[in-house]
Amino acid sequence: MSVIVLCAALFSIGLYGVLTRREVVAVLACAEVMLGAATVQAMAFAAGRPDAAQGQALGVVLVALAAAEAAVGLAVVVAVARSSGRSRVEDLTEVRG
Amino acid sequence: MSALASAPWLVIVVPLFAGVFIAVFGRNFRGAAWAAVLAPLSALACGVSALASPGASGSVAWLAAGGRVLEVGYSVDALSAIMLVVVGTVGLAVVVFSTAYMAGDRGWTRYFALLCVFTASMAGLVIADGLLGLFIGWELVGACSYLLIGFWFERPSAASAAMKAFLVTRVGDAAMLVGLALLWRETGSLSFATVLHAVPAMPTATVTAVALLLFAGAAGKSAQFPLHIWLPEAMEGPTPVSALIHAATMVAAGVFLVARVWPVFAAAPVAREVMLAIGVVTALGAASVAITQTDLKRVLAYSTISQLGIMFAGLGAGAWRAAFFHLVTHAAFKALLFLGAGSVIHATGSQELSELGGLWRRMPVTAATWCVGAAALAGLPPLSGFWSKDGVLDAVWRVSPVWGSALILVSMLTAWYVTRATVLAFGGERRSGSAAHEGGLATTVPLVVLACLAAGLGAVRRPLAEALGGEAEPAAIALMVGVTLVAALAAFAAWRTYRSGPEADGRVSSRLGPIWRWAGEAYGVDTVLSGFARVTVPAVARALHDSVDRRVIDGAVEGTAKGARRAGGLVSALQSGDAQWYAALMAAGVIVMLALGTWVSR
Repeated sequence: MSVIVLCAALFSIGLYGVLTRREVVAVLACAEVMLGAATVQAMAFAAGRPDAAQGQALGVVLVALAAAEAAVGLAVVVAVARSSGRSRVEDLTEVRG
Repeated sequence: MSALASAPWLVIVVPLFAGVFIAVFGRNFRGAAWAAVLAPLSALACGVSALASPGASGSVAWLAAGGRVLEVGYSVDALSAIMLVVVGTVGLAVVVFSTAYMAGDRGWTRYFALLCVFTASMAGLVIADGLLGLFIGWELVGACSYLLIGFWFERPSAASAAMKAFLVTRVGDAAMLVGLALLWRETGSLSFATVLHAVPAMPTATVTAVALLLFAGAAGKSAQFPLHIWLPEAMEGPTPVSALIHAATMVAAGVFLVARVWPVFAAAPVAREVMLAIGVVTALGAASVAITQTDLKRVLAYSTISQLGIMFAGLGAGAWRAAFFHLVTHAAFKALLFLGAGSVIHATGSQELSELGGLWRRMPVTAATWCVGAAALAGLPPLSGFWSKDGVLDAVWRVSPVWGSALILVSMLTAWYVTRATVLAFGGERRSGSAAHEGGLATTVPLVVLACLAAGLGAVRRPLAEALGGEAEPAAIALMVGVTLVAALAAFAAWRTYRSGPEADGRVSSRLGPIWRWAGEAYGVDTVLSGFARVTVPAVARALHDSVDRRVIDGAVEGTAKGARRAGGLVSALQSGDAQWYAALMAAGVIVMLALGTWVSR
């Protein structure tokens, strides 16, 4: 139960950061926090079950996924900053309707 | 022959096929006339065989609407058969005559194809077993009339005359369509058998309304006052067409219609009174206009209006068999006069009475046959016009001596104007132009045949009345003698007056004063009606444009566009381009969905 509360708190903190931080890199970091919360939650649910190894395998996959995601995300941020000189979320509104 | 008697619909199919055949062969098809002869021949053969054995009928369901079924079919009785014979005979004369008259015209094949289509439409009108089929044929002959009046469409006057004929008859047709709708509402059918059977049970007001509406249609087609204004201008068409459509057959369709649905009019005395009054007014007005016209074809056009007025007066007096007999004889002698005029126009290139004259020496056959037609029109015994006009006059006189006297005046004017036209065109000396000469056999044979009919048709008075289920009334001798004397005197006076040439118009007009001028302008009816249309139609159109078109129709179109744009504006406010805003919306959406899911599964 305490794990659920921990993960919910982590996820909410991450979401709060994603929605409020102005720096794109910080937003990416907060998204990592959310992903981490989800990973911990998945492994915690798997812990008491006979196929707990599957949950741990999922955790490893998710860490790898998070690393790949961070790499791609940071590359995009660097590319956008290079081409437009902007790295703040509120400046990146080219797709406004 | 027997095939035609058992399958009279061939009388529609054969001419239609001939017309399509000619049209397919294209512009340079010299043999078009040979194919076109098939059309009137089939009408003639069908009419003759149906006279021998009438009664063939058949019908097919055309449209089913709810529990009611619209049927079209054919039914050939004596009336249809006689009408088919008239159409076939005059049509045959006209087609043969046209081979000479239209020779070398660029529209040669178009002309004959249209004649075939006209014959098919007229046959459809005549053999229809119900008002629906009749109305279809009615509109088709109107369309053919439009196309043939405007045959030389590169002439602006012909194009506008065609338009006018089409629009003016449309006024009557609209009323007729309302009458049909009324009958359909009352009886649930448009076939003559059902409708005429139901007439005695209908309230008088309904029958009167139906009769008046049908008469309005007939008045438009048959050029009765005040819808007569299209017929004089219809003379822009080729003269053989005027003979066939605008003298003998199509314009007589109104008379045919009234005769066909006679029980409706028999049960509507008010409608008969109206018909009698309009018929006499038309006959008198048009005859008095005819004495002033200087154009040969226009004299004949007003004469046709006047004679149709006499027929309607006869119908109004209740003597539909006499009126129909006058239709038959009129078809013969008026077609003859028109073809005679065509012969004159073809030979001289002119139709102005002041430019003709002295033609009897150059064109003896045309002159002789014309004189037969003129005498028949004037009602001189023993020619056909005498018998038929006398029958109508007798019936009208019995109903009302006032209207009867007016018709005697019409007889007088008729004898006067036709003598005037005859003397000015054929008598005296040639006044201008080069040497005219008689046409070939294609011109003279139809004239001679029609002249024989115009002279001799009086003999069929009794058999015709009997075929139509009545009997020929014995004529009132005193009336016959009186009218004939009046007509003969008028003809003699006209001959004495116009012997000296067209300058006599001046003497007559100074004698008649303003009446002559007024009649010369056809009493200004055309001006008044055209002016009325010119003022009211644009006014109504503008009012409708401002109210309905601008507000309702444009409003709907522009409103739709405006609504879409406004809705788009509302939704596009959501698309701020801010990724965090999207993420927040997504989170909110997920929360809402989770909440809903929890609440539902609880």
